[in-house]
Amino acid sequence: MERNQANPEPGANNFNDARMEAIMGRLLQVGVLLAASVVLAGGAMFLRAQAGDPASYRTFVAHRLELRHPASLLGGLLRGDASSVIELGILLLIATPICRVIFAVVGFAIERDRLYVAISLTVLAVLLFGMLRGG
Amino acid sequence: MPLLTFTSLVFLGSFLAGLLGALTGLGGGVVLIPLLTLLFHVDLRYAIGASLVSVIATSSGAADAYVREGFSNMRIGMFLEVATTVGAVFGAYLATRAPTRALAVVFGVVLIYSAWLSRTQNPHPVEQAAVNPWSDKLRMSGSFPDGNGGRQSYRVDRISWGFAAMFGAGTLSGLLGIGSGAVKVLAMDKIMRIPFKVSTTTSNFMIGVTAAASAGIYLARGYIDPGLSFPVMLGVLAGSLLGAKLLVQTHVTLLRTIFALVILALGVEMIVNGWLGKV
Repeated sequence: MERNQANPEPGANNFNDARMEAIMGRLLQVGVLLAASVVLAGGAMFLRAQAGDPASYRTFVAHRLELRHPASLLGGLLRGDASSVIELGILLLIATPICRVIFAVVGFAIERDRLYVAISLTVLAVLLFGMLRGG
Repeated sequence: MPLLTFTSLVFLGSFLAGLLGALTGLGGGVVLIPLLTLLFHVDLRYAIGASLVSVIATSSGAADAYVREGFSNMRIGMFLEVATTVGAVFGAYLATRAPTRALAVVFGVVLIYSAWLSRTQNPHPVEQAAVNPWSDKLRMSGSFPDGNGGRQSYRVDRISWGFAAMFGAGTLSGLLGIGSGAVKVLAMDKIMRIPFKVSTTTSNFMIGVTAAASAGIYLARGYIDPGLSFPVMLGVLAGSLLGAKLLVQTHVTLLRTIFALVILALGVEMIVNGWLGKV
C-alpha cells in the first residue's frame, strides 16, 4: 500500500528504474576506467618526453581545444603527441556522464515515460550546446 | 621545479585532496584548488580546469557503489539537472569573463561557507512534508530501503525553490570548477525535504553531468591543461576511491572538524590573495 502511494503507476516502473540505474552505474565505471587508462598512458608519454623541463603553470597561456574543430586533436594523435593522448582521455571522461543522459533518454522511452524523455533530451541539448558552442 | 618532481607532488597532493574529500563528504575540489594555487603557484584558471576534470572522474567513479545502495532517485536527478546544467554553462561563461581576482574572492567565500556547512550539516529526521501535488505529477516521489527489509516512501516538496537553488549550484560549479555537492545536497535535503541519503547519492550523479556541461567551454578557453590535468585527475580519482572504501571503517567526526578548519583558513587566504591581486 505504501509502495503504491509512492509510485503513481504501480507495476513494473520501479523495477525498470532500478535496473536502468544499475546499468548506468556500470557504464559510468567502465567509462572512467577507460578514460583513466588513456590519461595514464598519455601522462607517461608526456613525462618521458619532458621530465627535465621546468614546470610552468604560473602564467596562463591558453591551449585551446575547440571541439567544433577536432582536426587538430586528430592530427596530434596521429603524430603521437602526448598532450593529445591526455586530451583524448579527458574527452572520454567528459563523454561518460553525457552517455548516461543518452542512456536515460532511451530507458525512459522504453518505459514510455514521455515527460522524462523530454526532460532528459533537454539536459542533453544543454550539454551538447556547452560542448560545441565553446568559449 | 623540474616537471617530474612537480607532477609527482601534484599527484600526491591531489590524492590527499581526493581522500579527504571522500572521507569528509565535502569533495576534492574545495581543497584542491587552493592547494594548486597557494602552494604550487598554479594560475587559478589552470587549477579550475584541472579540478573540473577531477570532479567528473570522482562522480562517475563512485556511481556504481552508490547505485548498489539503492538510494539514488534518477528522476529527481534528471529533473534538477536541467537547472544545474543551464547554471553550469552560465557559470562557465562568467568564469571566462570575470577577472581572476574576483574569482579568487568568490572561491574564498564558498570555502568559508562550506566549512560552516560541514559543522552544521546533520541528517534531519524524516518528517512527512505537506503533500505537494507536483511531487507525484512529476513522478519524483520514491522510496528507499529502510534497513529492515521494507521500503520507506517519501515525497518532494518546494520543487520550484529547489530548482532555483540548483541553478545556483550549477553556476558555482561552472564558475569555480567544483562539484558544489554541498549546495546540491542542501537544496535537496533542506529545501525540497528529500531524505538525506537520497539527497547525497542523487547529488553524486548530478555532479558529473553538471561538470560535463561546462567542460566544453573550459576546453575551448584553454583552461584544461593536459600536463597539469593528468596528475590531478588520476590523483583525485585514486584518493576518492580509497576514501570511499575507508569511509565504512573510519570515525570521521574529528577529521571533519580538522578539515573544516583547514578549509576555513584556505578560504581566508584565497580572499586576501584575491584582494591583493596575488592570484
